[in-house]
Amino acid sequence: MRLFLIGCLAALTVQTALADNGRLIATGGASSLEGAAGGGITPWAVLAGYGEQHEWGATAFATTVNLADYRLDVAGLALAYDNRVELSFARQRFDLGTLVHRLNLPDDHLGQDVLGMKVRLLGDVIYDRLPQVSLGLEYKHQNTFDIPRLVGARRDSDVEGYLAASRLWMGAAFGYNVLVNGSLRYSRANETGLLGFGGDRRDRRSLLKEGSVALLFNPRWAVGVEYREKPDNLSFAGESDWADLFVGYFPNKHVSVVLAYARLGEIATLADQNGTYLSLQGSF
Amino acid sequence: MRVLSVVLAVLLSACAQQPPRDDSLYRDLGAMPGITRIVEGMLLNVARDPRIVEHFRRVDIQRLRNKLIEKFCVEAGGPCTYTGDSMAESHKGKNVSRSDFNALVEDLIAAMDKEGIAVPVQNRLIARLAALRGEVIEH
Repeated sequence: MRLFLIGCLAALTVQTALADNGRLIATGGASSLEGAAGGGITPWAVLAGYGEQHEWGATAFATTVNLADYRLDVAGLALAYDNRVELSFARQRFDLGTLVHRLNLPDDHLGQDVLGMKVRLLGDVIYDRLPQVSLGLEYKHQNTFDIPRLVGARRDSDVEGYLAASRLWMGAAFGYNVLVNGSLRYSRANETGLLGFGGDRRDRRSLLKEGSVALLFNPRWAVGVEYREKPDNLSFAGESDWADLFVGYFPNKHVSVVLAYARLGEIATLADQNGTYLSLQGSF
Repeated sequence: MRVLSVVLAVLLSACAQQPPRDDSLYRDLGAMPGITRIVEGMLLNVARDPRIVEHFRRVDIQRLRNKLIEKFCVEAGGPCTYTGDSMAESHKGKNVSRSDFNALVEDLIAAMDKEGIAVPVQNRLIARLAALRGEVIEH
């Protein structure tokens, strides 16, 4: 994995010569937990990096979420071309903390890989009257399926789709720009897939609403909120909708940082899993 | 008395035809002196911008400066008349790409930052100019 990442980074460095960064700063968004360009817990309709027409864009990111009893670490990459197509990869590792000893679990963590593709269907997030709309597909593979199987998950991999719309409203809040995103996801992933897909209670995909609003104090600073609806497929524990409050900083077109307070609620029987979300992104 | 009523009628009809223009953006940008500094600052940034400077190689910069000042003034609601060619006409055959347009927006923002223009005021001007993008790019 590490070698793979280093290899990709090296390839991206070579790619830098081709990336012309033709889009405006922050319009590539941050990297979401599943690797797609967007906010932290939901994707946006924008594509990774800063490539405009006939240009490449690429990002690499690392994210850590420290919750009351768990910790989620994610690393990944995204590559986009023509401001049209984005390919992404994310590897997630969810540390189960004290739950391992309390329940005598066979693994001390849950792991998942996500391969994503996003296609911009229409619109431009800044310049068009209509929102920018993109269609995304994600292939997810749960790598540590013993625990998910134990708690009733039906499968260790699945494909899900989402339709995302994003639009910048210029000067909408006291003269400051506001970015609004909404998406609909069709998924049966338990805890985004960390606990497998489908369950004893429900094995069909659900239509899930996601959204975020960000206020841009200037082109480099943003604050906002995000929300993500989640299904409830497993009977052993409840699954909460996720929300967070974030600050994003884009000092230039090569680096961005997102700090957030995440409210992830109940996860695998433990309630009040709230904590800090920190994500660092490099753009090439 | 008759003269007065005629004058009043003329004044009122003039008012009816031309409602007082909202020139708050024009004033917030620093009126003519402010807009002049912003346009000149933007053109200086363009001159140093390898992404788009080629597009301006064979352009009469003095004339461009004057027309841009007029254009910005009009778009900001100021008391000016734009005497240049239409946006579509002046960019015809120039093949301005989406990236080129964004580069110019960045050079403009940098110029406004240097002038200390508040972000909400910048956003208003950019919103007005962004509406012209369709006439500028890909012709």
